[in-house]
Amino acid sequence: MIYEFFYNLVGNEIIAGFIAASLPLLLFILPFALIAVLLERKVAGHMQDRLGPMRVGYHGILQTVADIIKLLQKEDIIARENDKMLFNIAPVLVFTGSYAAFAAIPFTSAYIGANIDLGIFYIIAVTGLVVAGILMAGWASNNKYSLLGAMRSAAQIVSYEIPTILVVLTLVMFTGTTNLMTLSENQTAYFWNWNIFGGPELSPAKFLLIPSMVIGFFVIYISTLAEVNRTPFDIPEAESELVSGYHTEYSGMKFAMFFLAEYANMFAVSAIVAALFFGGYHSPFGYLGNSLGVEWLIPVEQFFCFTFKGVFFVFVQMWLRWTLPRLRVDQLMTASWKYLIPIAFVNLLIVGIITLI
Amino acid sequence: MSIRTEEMVLNMGPQHPSTHGVLRLELTLEGEIITKVVPHIGYLHRCFEKHCEAMTYQQVVPYTDRMDYLAAMGNELGYAIAVEKLLNIQVPERVEYIRVIMAELQRIASHLVAIGTYGADIGAFTPFLYCFRDREKILHLFEITCGARLLYNYIWPGGLSHDLHPDFVRLTREFIKEFRPNLVELNNLLTFNRIFIDRTANVGILPVETAINFGITGPMLRGSGMKWDLRRDDPYSVYHKFDFDIPVGEGKMGTVGDSWDRYYVRVREMEESLKIIEQALDQLPEGDVTSAIPKRIKPPVGQVYTRIENPRGELGYFIISDGSTSPFRVKVRAPSFVNLQIMDELCRGHMVADVVAILGSVDIVLGEVDR
Repeated sequence: MIYEFFYNLVGNEIIAGFIAASLPLLLFILPFALIAVLLERKVAGHMQDRLGPMRVGYHGILQTVADIIKLLQKEDIIARENDKMLFNIAPVLVFTGSYAAFAAIPFTSAYIGANIDLGIFYIIAVTGLVVAGILMAGWASNNKYSLLGAMRSAAQIVSYEIPTILVVLTLVMFTGTTNLMTLSENQTAYFWNWNIFGGPELSPAKFLLIPSMVIGFFVIYISTLAEVNRTPFDIPEAESELVSGYHTEYSGMKFAMFFLAEYANMFAVSAIVAALFFGGYHSPFGYLGNSLGVEWLIPVEQFFCFTFKGVFFVFVQMWLRWTLPRLRVDQLMTASWKYLIPIAFVNLLIVGIITLI
Repeated sequence: MSIRTEEMVLNMGPQHPSTHGVLRLELTLEGEIITKVVPHIGYLHRCFEKHCEAMTYQQVVPYTDRMDYLAAMGNELGYAIAVEKLLNIQVPERVEYIRVIMAELQRIASHLVAIGTYGADIGAFTPFLYCFRDREKILHLFEITCGARLLYNYIWPGGLSHDLHPDFVRLTREFIKEFRPNLVELNNLLTFNRIFIDRTANVGILPVETAINFGITGPMLRGSGMKWDLRRDDPYSVYHKFDFDIPVGEGKMGTVGDSWDRYYVRVREMEESLKIIEQALDQLPEGDVTSAIPKRIKPPVGQVYTRIENPRGELGYFIISDGSTSPFRVKVRAPSFVNLQIMDELCRGHMVADVVAILGSVDIVLGEVDR
């Protein structure tokens, strides 16, 4: 809908697509990152029996703004031994990877950056760019801590992509579509139609599917935690071991790019989980717009619901971060290869059998 | 064709978040596996021992504070006992009791830092702040007693600088009441957390024979299963009057003497310290705390060695007197310094992440290592 609006406005497919796809960056990711960073600090503060930022603005609401201004003013340090080109490209690549994922995320029934049929696989593929960026940053920094962090990160993200994809495959097999828009649409209003509750069709299979879906949700949530390097899988930037891993050498805005990418990524994976299992943009209790007969209210409500679901999972990520210790790198691999992947495989088989019957 | 490979040397520190100060560990790595650890110390060397030779006996007290700055009361206590032995003077009962209360409060405060930073090393940041919240209450007790929060200059040879604050006993009892449930919470949050156990159990196993050969003392030795505590085995002050257990490592989650055991010994020692404090508060006699302080300390020619159980192990003072007002020689046996030398033995074959877990369980204070 929004794409059509811009198409009518500028009359050029490419420019209209450009504008439509860059909307989430300007309207969503930047404000979200600002709020999420503050939220993280507040959540951490309250969990740790303290207040968090309190000085800048009312209860510290302007803290992140102040931080961004500080980062903008900071000297952009490039050490002599750094590989300058890779060093400069890396943060951009990492940010691009996580930002590009937003293009295929359906925020409302009225807006999706690019309605690609292979949406979910596009997201998985494009977030793979992040690995390249992290490796690049680690290598170009010419710092042993960064290199160790980057190598760990690459190993981690690659091995956790497998359970993620297996769960996505389960969902694809069950719903018969890889288009996130259709996937969300199918799980029409009311929460018992969500995929986690066995999808919209009312049949005996629905109830058989519920355990598999719950397992699938846990598997994908755990592996996405690892993919965005959050505790208990924050090994690449393990502060107490590797100082801060692959972005040790970065300062100023380049560091902010990594930071922004991390928070954008957190939302992206949460949004995917919400779209796959929790009804996407659908409200759990029907729409006020429908009952009032105000059509334009529906997308607004949908946007609200979708953001709420996403932010909720982001909150859970923060909650975990401030509760759990960190796994060791070999334990992390064990968790993926010995537990998550077999579970995901068996789950895939079970769902396959149930769908066939 | 064979590819030439070589081991990577990684300098951990002196500026590193989890070397607990300015320690530099030179790690030789084969991939992520450690083949050798060489601790480099001396970044915080302040010539404590040489300094003492130019000071009078009283003037040394504030310097002892600055060794193990997390357990300053213990350092002062050891020094005071040594000088009293040299002078052959008896201190009033009340002084002894207050000293024990202070030393045990300090042990809790010190273990809280050890446990909290250990959690932070493993990646759990929240227990760290919980521990510091509780430590803050102890520091407050110290503050109302002597005005200082970290370096007290409170326990003097022959007595104490001040008597207790009128509110001290009440506030300490309140603290004990508040702290017991917090300890349970800490255990639920960190000690018995599955990931924490995975990270620390069976990591850095220290067999008791090795520990004795290396001269390891304190919670590390007890973590290896040896029931050795100077408070019981070589009682000083009034420790023989109290009833308390000596927790030892039992290998509950893995092997006896692993990092988890060393950690858990500290947790349980805090409970025992609470017991000692409660008993001491009940029995606290009345009296004057400054009456026995000598105006001028001029011990006879001779030498003395005393040792006490500091939070980190056996803290020994060896003092030679030449009959003047300042010591001829002061030698400190610092527990952290002795315990640190085991690093190489413990770390070989483990991964980089384990170095942090092992170093945290050794619990060093660089002020004491370098003096």
